[in-house]
Amino acid sequence: MADEKVQTKLLDELEKGPWPSFVKEIKKARKVSPVCDDLLGQLELSYEEKVGHWKHGGIVGVMGYGGGVIGRYSDLPEKFPNVAHFHTMRINQPSGWFYTSNALRTLCDIWDRHGSGLTNMHGSTGDIVFLGTKTDELEPCFKELTEAGFDLGGSGSCMRTPSACVGKARCEWACYDTMKMCNDITHQYQDELHRPPFPYKFKFKFSGCPNDCVASIARADLSVIGTWKDDIQQNDAEVAAYAAKGLDVQDDVCGRCPTKCMKWDGKKLTINNRECVRCMHCINAMPKALAPGKERGATLLIGAKAPIVQGALLSSVLVPFVPADELMDTIKELISRVWDFWDEYGKNRERVGELIQRVGMGNFLDAIGLDPVPEMITAPRDNPYIYFKDEA
Amino acid sequence: MAAEPVKRITDIGPPNFEKFLHPVIKKNYGLWKYHDNLAPGVLCHVAESGDKIFTVRAASPRLLSTTTIRQFADLAEKYCGGYLRFTSRNNVEFLLDNQANIEPLKKELLALGFPVGGTNNAISNIVHTQGWVHCHSSATDASGIVKSVMDALCDRFTHEDLPAKLRIALACCLNMCGAVHCSDIAILGVHRKPPKIKHDILPKVCEVPTLIASCPTGAIRPATVDGKQSVEVVEEQCMFCANCYTVCPAMPLNDPENDGISIWVGGKVSNARSAPKFSKLAIPFIPNEPPRWPGVVDAVVNIVEVYAKNAKKFERMGEWIERIGWPKFFELTGIPFTKYHIDDFRLAGTTYARSTHIRF
Repeated sequence: MADEKVQTKLLDELEKGPWPSFVKEIKKARKVSPVCDDLLGQLELSYEEKVGHWKHGGIVGVMGYGGGVIGRYSDLPEKFPNVAHFHTMRINQPSGWFYTSNALRTLCDIWDRHGSGLTNMHGSTGDIVFLGTKTDELEPCFKELTEAGFDLGGSGSCMRTPSACVGKARCEWACYDTMKMCNDITHQYQDELHRPPFPYKFKFKFSGCPNDCVASIARADLSVIGTWKDDIQQNDAEVAAYAAKGLDVQDDVCGRCPTKCMKWDGKKLTINNRECVRCMHCINAMPKALAPGKERGATLLIGAKAPIVQGALLSSVLVPFVPADELMDTIKELISRVWDFWDEYGKNRERVGELIQRVGMGNFLDAIGLDPVPEMITAPRDNPYIYFKDEA
Repeated sequence: MAAEPVKRITDIGPPNFEKFLHPVIKKNYGLWKYHDNLAPGVLCHVAESGDKIFTVRAASPRLLSTTTIRQFADLAEKYCGGYLRFTSRNNVEFLLDNQANIEPLKKELLALGFPVGGTNNAISNIVHTQGWVHCHSSATDASGIVKSVMDALCDRFTHEDLPAKLRIALACCLNMCGAVHCSDIAILGVHRKPPKIKHDILPKVCEVPTLIASCPTGAIRPATVDGKQSVEVVEEQCMFCANCYTVCPAMPLNDPENDGISIWVGGKVSNARSAPKFSKLAIPFIPNEPPRWPGVVDAVVNIVEVYAKNAKKFERMGEWIERIGWPKFFELTGIPFTKYHIDDFRLAGTTYARSTHIRF
């Protein structure tokens, strides 16, 4: 019996408790594939020795693609031969991670035939992750996936698989169609996704409002975050209803407004919309009473990344507002200029945010042909070392 | 004549999401009016048309077997016409048009071991990385720590009784797959010893200029070792980021006794109220303690409970700390403040206190 093959004394401790257990998941997948026994064996050893047992990835993939598969090899192939190769396949998720049960069953059937029966739903960037297969299975698995209408996602120095929040599918706050934008951009740049052309990775993330449910401002080289220009839509009767139900409109709504642009006199809420920074707090607190305005679009921000190499960055404002119906054209136009500049001047493994830090935002704006606007900064420079150019 | 070769399908991109949308969602796409939070893990979105779609959100370990995915598919077919989705924090969501199906669905999910919750002022699922399950560069495990921490905080997932939402994320090394660096609580794997250079294989598996360029502090220099081209590391300049190992397999940093976990607090990505912010260091090092990671679990639970007791309504972790000040945070949590808490990398001065605004 498979269950007697490996002793997992330490891992068994992680089957206890109320939270769903990944160890139980690996054990369930034993019925699908015997590789799970060796995975458990190797993981148990990591738990004993307090060190991982995977080697650096090699270059593996499917024909004609430069990414989408992460090579993974055990450093103990004699001991755990079934995970000697244990490659990951990234499958491009549908926008918003929506599925039908049939689509999920199709994916499961394909993965049971070609891999470990283990997945991540989903990986950090957004892909469906098929966890663990051998080099020989990559091409047949890819063939079945594409026949079923799925394609690989990105890895390496490419446009990584874009992702989007639930947007207009199920959120009243979506200021543009995040899911369509994500889908269209992904289709537009298939070559950049599958055949890494850049100095390093490039991520798009589409959030429909400033709540930023896909953490775009923290993770995306180009963050597209929905916002609006006109006044917050306000239903006074519903505001009063929230107050009647016990919400402290003065302290918990007005008192928490970052610009103190609203007043509550006990009966009526007055918002000075010209001072509002569209933070979403009051709308989050009273979703029935307040809503983003009708003149909707997005702010484009550039340059977020995790710490490697030169330190973590949040994205910063590039275009304060693009109307929703001009968003696709604006992004395409802008991104071609950003990519051209980055191609030319970016160093190996330099994210676009780091390039901007190195050359200066002013020079970057010159290069991509954007005029500087005060919305791009929190304050003008406070040091007098200015690189004046000879403008004669 | 040879048979016409079958055309290989490539570059088709993701399937169009529209075919996966519940009919009520399709009909009311872009026409939602407001939503109600009916119970922890249960949302009701109401459209301009008056149509309603109900969402039931359940926990997932993220690492899912196809067996479990098929169980989710079974439940979706039984209760919601086969329509479901996953969230950006790896929860599974069932989309129902019949309110009467909510309770039976919740009951079945609970019986299968998938708690329902994660909405509003609850702790949602922990975004995390691969750890020892599948990663070569991890300084700690991921899934096991998440499981241990969420076992201890499961009630905070199934109840919405925190001052505001609380987002925990885990990355098993400084590469930080996921938005760990902007989380209310970030659990981050760290190394504490410089790379052990494998001079015998280095010239064969690494490009020396790329390797040298990979070091953010310039600690790696070319060197000849036993007549072969290799590198040396100026160890006092190494801050254990492991970027060299990412570009060169001959520079491993893994060390069972010196690898471990750091805890960071007060980050956020949402623009609500205050601007998005990075998480800041709370605890520089906790040893790796498999299988149940008691040091990390206790540390996270302590921070959550102190926050829950002291923060005001709608205050995220970072907003609460900014109000009370960092000295008070360290006092209330009992976490020792050390020299490691003071930044010494680029722009370190931006975090020095440059005023006499001190709370006594």
